[in-house]
Amino acid sequence: MKIEVHLWSGLRTLTDGLEKVEVEASNTGELLDALAKDYPALVPVIEAGVSIAIDGRIIATGLMEPLRPDQEIYLMQRLKGG
Amino acid sequence: MALDDRKDTDFKFVGTRPDRPDGHDKVTGKARFGADAHAPGMLHGAIVRSPHAHARILRIDTTKAEALDGVKAVVTRADFAHGLSGEFGFVLENVMAGDKALYDGHAVAAIAASSALIARDAAKLVKVDYEILPHVTDVDAAMAESAPILNSSYADASVPEGLHPNVVRYHESGHGDVDAGFAKADLIIEDSFKTEATHQGYIEPHACLATLGSDGKGELWCTTQGHWIAQKTCAALVGIDTSQLRVTASEIGGGFGGKTTVFVEPVALALSRKANRPVKIVMNRSEVFRATGPTSSTSMDVKIGMTKDGTITAAQGTFRLQGGAFPGAPMEFSAMCAFAPYALDNVQQIGYDVISNRPKQAAYRAPGAPMASFAVESVIDELCKKLGLDPIEVRLKNASREGTKASYGPRFQRIGLVETLEAAKSHPHYSAPLKPGQGRGVSCGFWFNHGGETSVSLALSEDGTCQISVGTPDIGGSRASMALMAAEVLGIDYENFRVTVADTATLGYNDVSHGSRVTYASGLATIKAAKDAVNKLCKRAAAKWGIPEDAVYWEDGCAKPSGANAGNFDPIPLAEITKNMGSTGGPISGHFEATPEGAGVSFGTHIVDAEVDPETGKTAVVRYTVIQDAGKAIHPTYVEGQFQGGAAQGIGWALNEEYIYGEDGRLQNSIFLDYRVPVASDLPMIDTVIVEVPNPGHPYGVRGVGETGIVPPLAAIANAVSAAAGVRLRHLPMSPPRILRALKAQTRED
Amino acid sequence: MKNTHVTTTINGDPVEYLCDTRETMLDVLRDRLNLTGAKEGCGTGDCGACSITVDDRLVCSCLMLGVEAEGKKITTVEGMAEGENLHPLQKKFIEYAALQCGICTPGILVAAKSLLEKNPNPTEEEVRFWLAGNLCRCTGYDKIIRAVMDTAADMRGAS
Ligand code: FES
Ligand code: FES
Repeated sequence: MKIEVHLWSGLRTLTDGLEKVEVEASNTGELLDALAKDYPALVPVIEAGVSIAIDGRIIATGLMEPLRPDQEIYLMQRLKGG
Repeated sequence: MALDDRKDTDFKFVGTRPDRPDGHDKVTGKARFGADAHAPGMLHGAIVRSPHAHARILRIDTTKAEALDGVKAVVTRADFAHGLSGEFGFVLENVMAGDKALYDGHAVAAIAASSALIARDAAKLVKVDYEILPHVTDVDAAMAESAPILNSSYADASVPEGLHPNVVRYHESGHGDVDAGFAKADLIIEDSFKTEATHQGYIEPHACLATLGSDGKGELWCTTQGHWIAQKTCAALVGIDTSQLRVTASEIGGGFGGKTTVFVEPVALALSRKANRPVKIVMNRSEVFRATGPTSSTSMDVKIGMTKDGTITAAQGTFRLQGGAFPGAPMEFSAMCAFAPYALDNVQQIGYDVISNRPKQAAYRAPGAPMASFAVESVIDELCKKLGLDPIEVRLKNASREGTKASYGPRFQRIGLVETLEAAKSHPHYSAPLKPGQGRGVSCGFWFNHGGETSVSLALSEDGTCQISVGTPDIGGSRASMALMAAEVLGIDYENFRVTVADTATLGYNDVSHGSRVTYASGLATIKAAKDAVNKLCKRAAAKWGIPEDAVYWEDGCAKPSGANAGNFDPIPLAEITKNMGSTGGPISGHFEATPEGAGVSFGTHIVDAEVDPETGKTAVVRYTVIQDAGKAIHPTYVEGQFQGGAAQGIGWALNEEYIYGEDGRLQNSIFLDYRVPVASDLPMIDTVIVEVPNPGHPYGVRGVGETGIVPPLAAIANAVSAAAGVRLRHLPMSPPRILRALKAQTRED
Repeated sequence: MKNTHVTTTINGDPVEYLCDTRETMLDVLRDRLNLTGAKEGCGTGDCGACSITVDDRLVCSCLMLGVEAEGKKITTVEGMAEGENLHPLQKKFIEYAALQCGICTPGILVAAKSLLEKNPNPTEEEVRFWLAGNLCRCTGYDKIIRAVMDTAADMRGAS
């Protein structure tokens, strides 16, 4: 299923200027795999750690969260704390 | 994860304020902290540190040290694992220098000896030949073209071309069109701000006791916010398998983020392996300042446009963070948190992670957020002043709410910013008259909070009491909160619980006590583990009554048949079931292992009154009120404590605390006398208001509370001081000399 | 390395030990006598975590040498409770959550007890200035000050 992912604007240089991309995925892990495959320049960014927001719920590390096309999906830098 | 056990009201235990279970040991001196451990045959370690900010290590001569009576082992970088990369590589380089010393205080060798005095004497006999290199410690200077290069291979793919190699990471985010937004503004203010590096200032220095044999099996006792991360990191750094190192967390004398990584632990392990004896290392205060993980220092530009009625039309911020000699300064959090309190159509934020000749920064409560908030909330305050608007009304007008598109991208779920602002507006503090020479400041603040890997195990005893094993070190009363949540589920009194922070060998993996995650994640896991035990208890009752399991439910500490159809049986209390559990199916325990992903973001609003003495430039904080959304306060007294502690640390950061480096790149104030944290006579009582807007991601609505409280103080105090002094302060800390300079500069202008 | 023999009284018990002349009283308590209640937060007299009393005077044990204890009467946090009964300050600190991590607590309790012995009716300002030599990084002092003031009031009521 096609999922629309919003990227943070700093990634534009790695995605040919796009801030929103579409990939084939049904969960968060597949989404990252698909991003890595379609936009290889994103690999180091994903490896450095990213989080994914699904309709505002921030998934810090989980790769198994199911996704639906009607959700608003954002890629974010990996969350951590003090 | 489905929250079938969700509950917002009618709590019996949650929200009460019982005594903490570890209180007795802590007031009698019995509690064992990092430095309180001893072992038979134990040696003492001492570390040799670089006096230079940047220097090539040409030769380390340890012969004289080794010849001293009582010296049992000396280690240098050669005694650690080789070929590590990524974060482990950085941590190893930080705990023991390789080719270069990268900051004043960087470890270059270590000694183990039969007494602490001999170890210290021996450390002085180690001769290191250095080739001194040019250094840089200021963030702006480190980005300048002429800056010395620390390491040309650290910059990652995110960094745009043409920047100095000391810029190692770059972040940019936002939405809308800021130029179009600024065009709609009636007033635009653009200003530059600086904040100096501060230290978490936990009163307990880093300390550990390590044993490692040539068989690759080890034991480590240490003061840490996360013993699993210590286990994983130390094992990698000394080159053994993770599971062969058993790590026990001591009681922890404060961390605030600074104890989320390792410093002396791998060194003690390496020394122990070489000497074949247990080795204890305790840092002194000066080592803590020079060679652990302070915050970043920052240089920031913020531009905000506003209409006459107080609507923000566009906001833009650039946040440059120096994070010491390695990548990792939390500039993306500065950027993402900066404008989060506001619903903005046009916003852009940029972050730079810059390396310099300072110790590797570590997390400190809401890492990166307080500084950004200082810059942003100062500009908003200035806009309010110039437009004659009330600062709380303006914040309310622009406040983020459920459904608002956050400055960092996604839409907010249920949040409580507006509730904190409303509470601030109606708080008597906000309308209290000010005396001459005083000023009032307000500020909002935001932090994400965190979930993380979590394991909890809960075991019932035959007498009907309960042991809970958690993996998150208890920094501020979390054992009490865990017992309260378990009591709520099991329906038995708080006094029936004993909560233990388990070691790495007795429980599954746990993420660090950070990200305000303990009450949220360990709490959620405790609730789930208790629920697991309840299911098993119900099963025993069902078997006894000979009815189906789902015909039994749990209430008030008893198994009960669920209605007339299930049969007419007297409720069975928990202790009745556990009494015979060995012969009715075996011991009853509950478990939960997961990575909860529902941490709720949180907001706070602070009000502060400050008085500035124009003669000396000294500021007194005369009144302080913290208002913060806790989601649900499990143990309200400890929630208040977190609010008050965050405010006090913020007051120190705003007014006094700073790392001062000399021209020679050496830290000039590495003791508490010179790095002055707030003392009792510096502070007023700190009033608190707990707002409770439940987090949809936790069964009882908990949001973290530990970090958000340090975000608003810097700006709130700066706004109060600026109002009192009649001049805008843009450089933290606002120490007396800085305030006097600002006052003088203003008189000259007038 | 020559050690010195010291005879002293600690928490009412006669104690003898040998120590290096460079060793601080804090080192002796912690490393030689296993009295680890007093903590080292700074070693420079700035944090008060090592507070003890010497002949009823409040002292930073990190600034005193072990050999200076000769013939003195020392008390530490371990000597504060009477048998199984906690001192009123200890009870109140637990009740008020006047500790978070608890590393500063032994020093603050010893210092607060010494204050109340000298001044059973201190003002808030007097408590704040008396405890200004005891750093607490966790609590913001609010609950500590309240606990000390209320203990003082209770103790005045009781006597
Ligand atoms: S350790 Fe003695 S005052 Fe800090
Ligand atoms: S409770 Fe942690 S330093 Fe006081």
